[in-house]
Amino acid sequence: MNSAAQACPTLARMADPSTFADDAMPFMDALYTAALRMTRNSADAEDLVQETYLRAFRGYGRFEEGTNLRAWLYRILTNTFINSYRSKQRRPDESDLADVEDLYLYRRLGGLESSQRGRSAEDELMDLVTDGEVKAAVEALPERFRMPVLLADIEGFAYKEIAEILDVPIGTVMSRLHRGRKALQKALWDFAAERRLLPTPSAAGAATDDPGR
Amino acid sequence: MSMPDKCDDAIAQLYEFLDGELDDAARARIEAHLRECSPCLEAFDFEADLRRIVSSRCRDRVPEELRERIRGLLQPSD
Repeated sequence: MNSAAQACPTLARMADPSTFADDAMPFMDALYTAALRMTRNSADAEDLVQETYLRAFRGYGRFEEGTNLRAWLYRILTNTFINSYRSKQRRPDESDLADVEDLYLYRRLGGLESSQRGRSAEDELMDLVTDGEVKAAVEALPERFRMPVLLADIEGFAYKEIAEILDVPIGTVMSRLHRGRKALQKALWDFAAERRLLPTPSAAGAATDDPGR
Repeated sequence: MSMPDKCDDAIAQLYEFLDGELDDAARARIEAHLRECSPCLEAFDFEADLRRIVSSRCRDRVPEELRERIRGLLQPSD
């Protein structure tokens, strides 16, 4: 195998399958996080991650060294999700988003900040929502908005990489990101507003662990 | 002094700015505006903070059994 690769220099830059585990395992937590937000349940997310790794492992000989391994893995994750899991989703995901104004959350938190001088906006935000609410707000976005938000805001991919991962034009990535982010802000605000109206959360409610996570 | 047009332009490009997707000239224009407009600066900072918080609060760890199972499946077959 090695001698064939050496004999043919154009193949020599392809990835070496024996290094796949070492190269790709470090991305597993991030891929699992994305898989949870895509499938919205841990059993499907585990299957999706496992299948993604197996497909990538089998295809690693075709991966060109020097290109972006992380983006390549996300592309396989996304395609596997679309082909194998999306059809199982209970909620059909064709819903659109209401238009939300720019700086939605900032404009609502502005008054709150001035009344509590000395606290940074970051402190306010940290108190505003729980981890579970942030995850739920992302998962509540319709899929075509959720995927770009996930890839940009949680995984930090560039527009061009997101366009390649999702196989849509950059302009589409930008407009979906814009609308998705504003809808996310509204969802976060709605969670916070709902909690503030309720009496102090009871110990019984807090003790119930979500078995799915 | 209020600069509604410049503020509107800056807010319209807020996401591209924070995403590092603007060219040098457009980026410099926004940076110049933020130096002279504290309301916009505050809004930009808020959006950047929010992004960091969403990102850091959306992390999950792979269950250890899954990690080990996948590691076992990725052995070269020779």
